[in-house]
Amino acid sequence: MTTTTERTEVTPSTEGPSLLQRLAVRPEIGAALGALLVFVFFSLITDRFLSPLGIATWLDDASTLGIMAVAVALLMIGGEFDLSAGVMTASTALVTALLAVHAGWNVWFALLASLVFALTVGAFNGWVVMRTGLPSFIVTLGTFLALQGLNLGVTRLVTDTVQVSGVRAADGYQSAGWVFASTLNIGDARIQASVVWWIVLTAIASIILVRTKFGNWIFAVGGSLPSARAVGVPADRTKILLFMGTAFAGWVVGSCNILRFASVQANQGVGLELHYIIAAVVGGCLLTGGFGSAIGAAIGALIFGMARQGIVFARWDSDWFMLFLGVLLLAAVLVNNRFQKRAERVRR
Amino acid sequence: MFRRSAEVAAIQRFSLRAAMSLAAVAALAACSGPGADVVGTTQSPVAAGEFESVAVVTHGSAGDAFWNVVKNGAEAAGKELGVAVQYNSSGDPGQQAKLIDNAVAQGVDGLVVSMANPEALRPSVERAVAAGIPVVTINSGEGESAKYGAFAHVGQSEGLAGQAAGRRLADAGRKKLLCVIHEAGNIGATQRCDGATRAFGNGATLQVDINNPTDAQSRIKGALEADRSIDAVLTLNSQVAARAVDAVRESRSAATVATFDLNTDVVEAIRAGALLFAVDQQQYEQGYLPIVLLELYRANLNTVGGGAPVQTGPGFVDADNVEAVATLVAQGTR
Repeated sequence: MTTTTERTEVTPSTEGPSLLQRLAVRPEIGAALGALLVFVFFSLITDRFLSPLGIATWLDDASTLGIMAVAVALLMIGGEFDLSAGVMTASTALVTALLAVHAGWNVWFALLASLVFALTVGAFNGWVVMRTGLPSFIVTLGTFLALQGLNLGVTRLVTDTVQVSGVRAADGYQSAGWVFASTLNIGDARIQASVVWWIVLTAIASIILVRTKFGNWIFAVGGSLPSARAVGVPADRTKILLFMGTAFAGWVVGSCNILRFASVQANQGVGLELHYIIAAVVGGCLLTGGFGSAIGAAIGALIFGMARQGIVFARWDSDWFMLFLGVLLLAAVLVNNRFQKRAERVRR
Repeated sequence: MFRRSAEVAAIQRFSLRAAMSLAAVAALAACSGPGADVVGTTQSPVAAGEFESVAVVTHGSAGDAFWNVVKNGAEAAGKELGVAVQYNSSGDPGQQAKLIDNAVAQGVDGLVVSMANPEALRPSVERAVAAGIPVVTINSGEGESAKYGAFAHVGQSEGLAGQAAGRRLADAGRKKLLCVIHEAGNIGATQRCDGATRAFGNGATLQVDINNPTDAQSRIKGALEADRSIDAVLTLNSQVAARAVDAVRESRSAATVATFDLNTDVVEAIRAGALLFAVDQQQYEQGYLPIVLLELYRANLNTVGGGAPVQTGPGFVDADNVEAVATLVAQGTR
């Protein structure tokens, strides 16, 4: 009832909607409430969740997921999926590790090479999708399988085993390590570098999305590709850049992992692509494209991380772990969904 | 490469940078480097006394029959000693490291870790040791256990177990071996196959996916049909063993099948003569013993083995002793 009156008020008004209404249109408001819910829940039922060490643990868990979720969210707003994003985190780490450990490269050059590798794969994904008009779901599924095979095949070929380790002894490890894998001790809390990357990349992605022309292009190509093209949006370039964006995020996470854990397994990352999409959707991205936010995706990842570690803090039997996680996520999405529906009604 | 002075210099460099960029936070913050970020690695002697909670963090995936037995062992020991045992696992090394961090944040009285990917877990394990939590490693990571500060390791040397299996197959008069690897990223599996192939002399490996039994069976079948000279198949997992037995039957190959690990299918196949033997690493002990070791350490500062790993295997189950262990397999302790 009230929403209809709101609608007539909001759309033509030049004064702008009230603060409450403006909040309700934000895609991430539902996720923020969901996050608050999960946060309060675990803070109340466990005594260690709110301790500095505990906070560092769930922030750490959310960070690498969040870095990817933010890039995946931009891509989803642009109307595409990237199923190769999970395996990409392992591929980039493997390239870095193989070059640094087995070819004896300085870690920085190895990182640079894996960055070039990642951006090439991302550009290839985007180019094939735009060139052939095939769904990105199919194209990136192909890349996903190809990378998975490449990861295992090359690793076994070069090392005769299935993991590469020993990066700690490579040249340039210390300085590269500071950038990707150092920790910041605030009191008892040990904040991982990936958390800083997560916050910085979320901020950059948000600025791109809401403050730049490129951000408008992302919404345009995701909302309606033909109309975007009709008004002169360089759709191919936009989408290719978005695919390169998820590949770049994959490189950041891969680099954080390899420099922190100093070792990488050939089968790592498989299946994580779904988690990224879940985090983006929990954060208010529509599966159909054209709507969503970067901060929302970061909050979606936060919910995931808090729930995953909170369940461990609560000492629940791990047999039921996935059930708890599923129910919690569903609850968060339902909260989110209510607000999103409202938001869309207000927007129209 | 790991000079202390270089590290200190780097710490200073980074602190400077952090102070510039994060002026507000830096006042409170201290920074440490990647990986080797433990202040002291010597273990503070624990006061004898209270022993209430243990976290067991493994690399097994949830629902894996093998790890279920480990979990049962740990929980049984916990019940008998009156200790709360919390079992968690993740096949992803990064995720496993975070579960260890979580246990440290909870301040558990003891930690049990399986290290399939030791280097990835090193910072987390060392941090637990530095926090005064006694650590026992199990199953994999025998070589790194003491180095990272764990006071005991309970497991089976994979390479040695593989060699024992390879020798037994060679003794049975077999000429060509096919070793089936079911998990792409598992270093223990690779070590077993290497050991078996080395002891046996003539062999090849085959990669299958444990999550896709149909595919595993048809690939083993395909390998047997492609090379009729293969007369021995060694699987590294009880679920794959049953697939290999079926594949041998369907391809009308005369190959002998042997496996690592037990389950009811394997017991049936040994009874029926379709499986020569199973290498049993008695993983119930890998769950049970660490809890007891930790209790003894907490209460009495006892250690076992003087740093040498406690071997739980290889034990062998074949036609001679299969009846005795059959009921134990069914109840989830073998």
